[in-house]
Amino acid sequence: MSEPGVIPEDVLAELLPPDEKAEGRAVAVIECHEEIPCDTCRWVCPVKAVIKPAITTPPRCDWDACIGCGTCVLACPGLAIFMVKLDGEWAEVSVPYEFLPVPKRGEVVWALDRVGRRVATAEVVRAVTSKDRTSMVTIRVPRGLAHSVRAILPPEDGTGG
Amino acid sequence: MAHPILEFDRGREVEFNFEGRRIRAFESESIAAALVAEGVLTLGWSPKRRRPRGFFCGIGKCSSCLMTVDGVPNVRTCITPVRDGVEVWRQRPLGELPEAPPPEAKAGELDVDLLVIGGGPAGLSAAIEASRLGARVAIADENVRPGGQLIKQTHKFFGSRENYAGVRGIEIARILLRELDGLSATWLTRATVIADYSGRSHDVVVSTPEGPWRIRADAVVVSTGAMENMIPFPNNDLPGVMGAGGLQTLMHVFGVVPGESALIVGAGNVGLILAYQLLQAGVDVKAIVEIMPKIGGYAVHAAKVRRMGVPILLRHTLRRAVGRERVEGAEIVRVDENFRPIEGTEESFDVDMIVLAVGLTPSTEIPRQAGAAWDYVPELGGPVPIHDPYLRTSVEGMYVAGDSSGIEEATTAMLEGRVAGAHAAAELGLRPDRAEGVIKEALRQLESFRSGPFSAKVVRGKQRVWERAREVIG
Ligand SMILES: Cc1cc2nc3c(=O)[nH]c(=O)nc-3n(C[C@H](O)[C@H](O)[C@H](O)COP(=O)(O)OP(=O)(O)OC[C@H]3O[C@@H](n4cnc5c(N)ncnc54)[C@H](O)[C@@H]3O)c2cc1C
Ligand code: SF4
Ligand code: SF4
Ligand code: FES
Repeated sequence: MSEPGVIPEDVLAELLPPDEKAEGRAVAVIECHEEIPCDTCRWVCPVKAVIKPAITTPPRCDWDACIGCGTCVLACPGLAIFMVKLDGEWAEVSVPYEFLPVPKRGEVVWALDRVGRRVATAEVVRAVTSKDRTSMVTIRVPRGLAHSVRAILPPEDGTGG
Repeated sequence: MAHPILEFDRGREVEFNFEGRRIRAFESESIAAALVAEGVLTLGWSPKRRRPRGFFCGIGKCSSCLMTVDGVPNVRTCITPVRDGVEVWRQRPLGELPEAPPPEAKAGELDVDLLVIGGGPAGLSAAIEASRLGARVAIADENVRPGGQLIKQTHKFFGSRENYAGVRGIEIARILLRELDGLSATWLTRATVIADYSGRSHDVVVSTPEGPWRIRADAVVVSTGAMENMIPFPNNDLPGVMGAGGLQTLMHVFGVVPGESALIVGAGNVGLILAYQLLQAGVDVKAIVEIMPKIGGYAVHAAKVRRMGVPILLRHTLRRAVGRERVEGAEIVRVDENFRPIEGTEESFDVDMIVLAVGLTPSTEIPRQAGAAWDYVPELGGPVPIHDPYLRTSVEGMYVAGDSSGIEEATTAMLEGRVAGAHAAAELGLRPDRAEGVIKEALRQLESFRSGPFSAKVVRGKQRVWERAREVIG
């Protein structure tokens, strides 16, 4: 039996972009695999890179079309979309964030995995906040963590960590 | 503390009297919320054993907050706004009727085409659709602020573009209220509908702070929402044991966070979303316990709390709440295949809040009082009025929509409300051609929204109800 709230390994493998699609360019990683009634990611994407034939079909990202704009990351009501950019020894991971304070560029935060373990400290490269108050925070982590880091925690913050 | 999503417009500061103490509050608060903010967690006592009782539902449905306000006993203080100088007393345990004469026989009267009972997403949508088609509509809601459950939902909604997918619940409430504002419907706020005597038309009694109103309507839409479920465990009545919606009300409507650490019972969408919202309010969420071998909610909702470090403990249940005057801890235990506790697997948590997210039961008092046929449908959360796909009940001119027709979601509540509102207007002979288009489109969207595996249970329940409707609705 799989852990609650953690996508089973074999399903996850299908959702992650092959290395060459994310080398040197940010692409969306959509970690949403159930048939839930939602299609926000499909209609917000400016280049129609999200493939979703019906409202309850799980979305897939067309990584060749994706321009890494992050619109879907900020819009997804399930906070289930991330961005990954591979860059030599490093990787940039962008995560949705709805806590205060929103960390600023240059700050160092904890990088958390899918079950909240602190797997590294990481520098914030960028942070943007949408009009409806979801932020997207981009951090730099070792390349090997590109597909395990999915959240951040400010250093002395108590929330959840 | 600043909230990542909300800004609170608390309004003017007021002062009221609580058992001889002067308490400062904001005019936007309910009496119960103001007391909880002051640290008064015991809002009353049980009649026989005098056990302390606290805030539970926050929407006027559980009576755990009844107090005597300005001499009037049994006032639901969670839906009564604070005012300068009001006198509030807890009851020990029952209130006493005042000497004063009863209120005027009638405070107001109204004659409308359609009365909508309940101003949540279902009711607002019904009122909007019927008004647009030219019906004279009145809408009554008993809460301090209209909008139903939407006004406490800080998260973004699923759904399709037409149904505000990606928009926060609080914002959807604003959009619907603004839309209705532009139409000519009559609003009755803090107005509780207590009975519908239907003959040829509906003769409805509404209790308001000024006294009772009498409303005659050709049709009524009942969209009274739902009541949170309670589960049995020792000390389940201690202050600090709260319904998920009740806690959302305190945190998101009034900006009051009544504790520092929480244990959540139930890993459906409500429990999962609430866990995330508690983290946003700065609360330490120790765990979510779920008796079933898998979560009931969406994986994406679970994922967003897991990655913030909140454990979800499957096959676990709450054994007891610990504490004397208020919750001081929670004891949980693992269960076997037959849901029996496994001795020796108990675990304790120091928490000051235990939040129940164990389902809702439709509020169907009005249709049942009016004589509507009903059935117990577990897939829809309990007793529901029998209704057809157009939301008609067996009482002529009475519709149900939203959670009171079966527990579902805000998106489906809005769609059902539109169908009911448009159908009622068409039956009155108002622009039936346009109404038909509205109904068709809403039914199409409902079907597509309900097409996934998560809706299978609801669809089964609805189909059973529709089948019964063929027998009981003429
Ligand atoms: C914690 C929580 C989280 C949720 N999250 C989501 C979500 O993410 N997405 C989603 O789609 N749904 C969600 N839901 C479900 C959704 O909120 C409800 O399905 C939806 O609000 C139902 O709408 P409604 O109009 O039927 O009832 P409600 O929103 O409950 O409104 C009913 C209204 O009727 C009024 N009323 C009741 N009785 C009377 C009376 N006798 N006289 C006058 N007025 C009366 C009440 O004051 C209330 O305002 C959530 C629910 C909860 C509790
Ligand atoms: S990142 Fe931009 S381009 Fe890529 S899928 Fe998301 S919205 Fe579309
Ligand atoms: S917007 Fe998010 S939750 Fe909705 S379908 Fe897309 S990925 Fe899933
Ligand atoms: S009726 Fe007031 S808390 Fe439930």
